[in-house]
Amino acid sequence: MMTSHTPAVTLSNIRFSYNGHTRTVFEALSLAIPARSVTAVLGPNGAGKSTLLHLILGLLAPAAGEILLEQRPRRAFSRRELGQLVGLVSQEETIPFSFTVLEYVLLGRAPHLSFLETPGAQDFEVARRALAQVGAVEMASRPIQALSGGERQLVMIARALAQQPRILLLDEPTSHLDLSNKGRVLNVIRQLANDGVTSIFTTHEPELAASVADYVVLMHAGETLAAGALDEVFTSENLSRTYEVPVCVLQVAGRRLVVGETPAGTTGRGT
Amino acid sequence: MITNRQRRQTLWGLGLLLLAVTGLAIFTGRYPAPVWMPFRLLFEDPLAQRLVMNLRLPRILAALLLGMSLAGAGTVLQMIFHNPLVEPGFLGVSQGAAFGAALSIVALQAPGPVIQASAAAFGCLGLAFSYLLARRMRYGGWTLRLVLAGIAVSALFSAGVGILKYIADPLTQLPELVFWMLGALSSVTWTDTLYILPVTALSLGVLLLMRWRLNLLALDDATALSLGTAPARERLLLLVAAVTATSVVVSVAGVVGWIGLIVPHLARRLLGADTQYALPGSLLLGGAFAVVCDSIARAALSGEIPLGILTSLIGALAFSLLMMGRPRFDARALQR
Repeated sequence: MMTSHTPAVTLSNIRFSYNGHTRTVFEALSLAIPARSVTAVLGPNGAGKSTLLHLILGLLAPAAGEILLEQRPRRAFSRRELGQLVGLVSQEETIPFSFTVLEYVLLGRAPHLSFLETPGAQDFEVARRALAQVGAVEMASRPIQALSGGERQLVMIARALAQQPRILLLDEPTSHLDLSNKGRVLNVIRQLANDGVTSIFTTHEPELAASVADYVVLMHAGETLAAGALDEVFTSENLSRTYEVPVCVLQVAGRRLVVGETPAGTTGRGT
Repeated sequence: MITNRQRRQTLWGLGLLLLAVTGLAIFTGRYPAPVWMPFRLLFEDPLAQRLVMNLRLPRILAALLLGMSLAGAGTVLQMIFHNPLVEPGFLGVSQGAAFGAALSIVALQAPGPVIQASAAAFGCLGLAFSYLLARRMRYGGWTLRLVLAGIAVSALFSAGVGILKYIADPLTQLPELVFWMLGALSSVTWTDTLYILPVTALSLGVLLLMRWRLNLLALDDATALSLGTAPARERLLLLVAAVTATSVVVSVAGVVGWIGLIVPHLARRLLGADTQYALPGSLLLGGAFAVVCDSIARAALSGEIPLGILTSLIGALAFSLLMMGRPRFDARALQR
């Protein structure tokens, strides 16, 4: 499924711990994520999934090691160049003022504007297209505070799409979504890969990863247990080791189902 | 939903309102008779001409700058602190300036310019204390620490003002002190106006140029960073611009409350949250509001009414009325 073998993101020997905390999140993390792929990052709570995304983005700086984006050291990028290259959809975003949806999505155009520029007709066009991509055009003029959690998540994704990044980081992009919106978001992510965008998303739902990703990273306690093409990595054994509970991967009608032996009979869904 | 075209029209409207109010303010006062001076006097009466040129104009201009600075700074601080209840003096600036003024009135029995200089110096000192305290605090995120530090430093200075009030001579010093604390432009001269003009013009220029980018800085750090901004540095730039303007006008006018808190809300109510429109709207509204209040302060009674009382009175009333009315723009910011 992979269309290219050059990595979009390379991490080598990353060491990282949060300021003032003794626990190291990553000791020597190395990882290469292929360009134009959809990569799912799976792992239990506290494995370092969000930290990984924040390191790639540059929100956090590693104590040692190097991060390459499209083969170029991340530190060599200006903030604006990074903004044009990497987009982020956070897990939660507090928006204290009542922007309209369109105003908010327009903010995604910032890295393509100069410091004091205001968005023009073309930017409005891109923002509207981004809203259309997630099927949220009719929300354009609604105040963002009036949206439901799921609608908000779609709009956040639209904002990142308006940014037109080549690498898109999504932190639990489907956590607030119902089934139909989940499908919509997964389709968007799939479509982006066809358009040449590398998507990296974290999730607590292994089945979700299996249904859309072509590359999977399994993380456990700050280390990658396995990273590779979906078919190779997505096995009962690997997932059991990742979540530390017996997990069984079943193939039913071409789809992978994950059955965990937790009391509720489901896989670990976290906070 | 209001369109951008409607917003531009609203801004033009507010601009015209500001011009009209300023024009009318020139003819408002206690000469030759209470409240209103006939137009023709400006062309016929040399005393009226001198009065307008030397007393009213610098004062109106100072009111304009005061209103614009406080409202603009309020908008900026509310955005970068993600908090609609923040006002421009909260980082220790207002109370610091008040303490500086009180100190020079009580301890030095100083003349006007010294009071101003002392107020400006202590305003900046208040900000510096807040900043240093916030850096040292071991609690919460940066924004929360700044807010807490601002509260602590303000309380400290206002306690100091309390002590100074207590020991001030009740016949000579206390009235002056109280009048200063309530804010007034009664003693403003061209010197004062020309002293605040360059600083406020520069600060407001920075705010206006960054009016759209300000939206980005209201987002959380991760998102703002992912959109190519340097959130900490750019917020600091805006903070310095906003607080400088505030401390300069406070040093001349005293503590004038409410403008920096409510005018940004009114502007958002009329124009929406996007600061590309809300910020210029806030400046225009703030200027007009301060000029109106100051004109009333000059003209309504034979004695001067402290400006701070009027801004609170009229501001609170206008605010309540506007917030009860049907929103032109959905302002749910206060609900969540």
